[in-house]
Amino acid sequence: MVSINDMMCKGCGYCIKFCPKHILEMGKERSEKGHFYPVMTNKDACISCAICALMCPEGAIEVSSDKA
Amino acid sequence: MAEYKRPSSLMPMATGYCPGCMHALATRLVADVIDELQQADNAINVVSVGCSALNLYSWKGDVIGSAHGRAPAVATGIKRCLPDRLVFTYQGDGDLAAIGLAEIMSAANRGENFTVIFANNQTYGMTGGQMAPTTLIGQKTTTTRFGRDAQTTGYPLKMCELISVLEAPVFVARYALNSVKGVQDAKKGIKKAFEMQMAGKGFTFIELLTNCPTNWGMNPLDTLEYMNTNTIPYFKPGIYKDKEAEA
Repeated sequence: MVSINDMMCKGCGYCIKFCPKHILEMGKERSEKGHFYPVMTNKDACISCAICALMCPEGAIEVSSDKA
Repeated sequence: MAEYKRPSSLMPMATGYCPGCMHALATRLVADVIDELQQADNAINVVSVGCSALNLYSWKGDVIGSAHGRAPAVATGIKRCLPDRLVFTYQGDGDLAAIGLAEIMSAANRGENFTVIFANNQTYGMTGGQMAPTTLIGQKTTTTRFGRDAQTTGYPLKMCELISVLEAPVFVARYALNSVKGVQDAKKGIKKAFEMQMAGKGFTFIELLTNCPTNWGMNPLDTLEYMNTNTIPYFKPGIYKDKEAEA
């Protein structure tokens, strides 16, 4: 399961670009800090590869193996 | 299945870097490796001047600041006094390749037992995007408005190639952070450098090719492609020296 901390995310979009399953997309809402942040479109398709977390400059993404 | 937790060596807050800046990514990779090696309480981060120094706000462990370009000299002193600590400098290209060139070459030549993490984004980020020694030919900056011209400013400085010809350094490598493979390799390289330092092998140097979306005037995603077509062909990633493998 992928959890994105919207208080740390700055909306660079690297996680969206590098997700091998293409299940992340930029959300429509802004965080409290004013950045758009990514949301997951299909939780079931996530394979927990943690590439989004690896490429996140801010360390805003955490990945755990349990399904939500 | 893979799991990922934010490294405990970092403060639980956003960094001071611009959106998409790979300085933040480089800092996080170093923190990841330090957590993996369980050296969070043992590591000393020597920061210099420039955007690279912003990582001291997000670093939870020991940090020491140094004068512009003089991080290798400060790290030399610390490592000689505290040989059991894991000491590394984190420097940018304006700092390491311009004002600090004498310091880095001397420290490398003496084979001091610490690690240098060199983030190369081909510009002076903090001061407003002026030309750095590593700026590519033709690259536009605020001081080279029509692109860098080799006739008047010479060629971009290749630090890995310079340091790898010295006798003392034991591990010299360059990685690009604009791809998954590059980031994975960089993590392995940083880990190897720290392990070699802990084994007392000698001077280790890691160059990370990074971006500067703000001063390059690009969207963060466009910088990834720019790096593929411009930066990587000139600054070729790879391991330039590995005494362990040679032996």
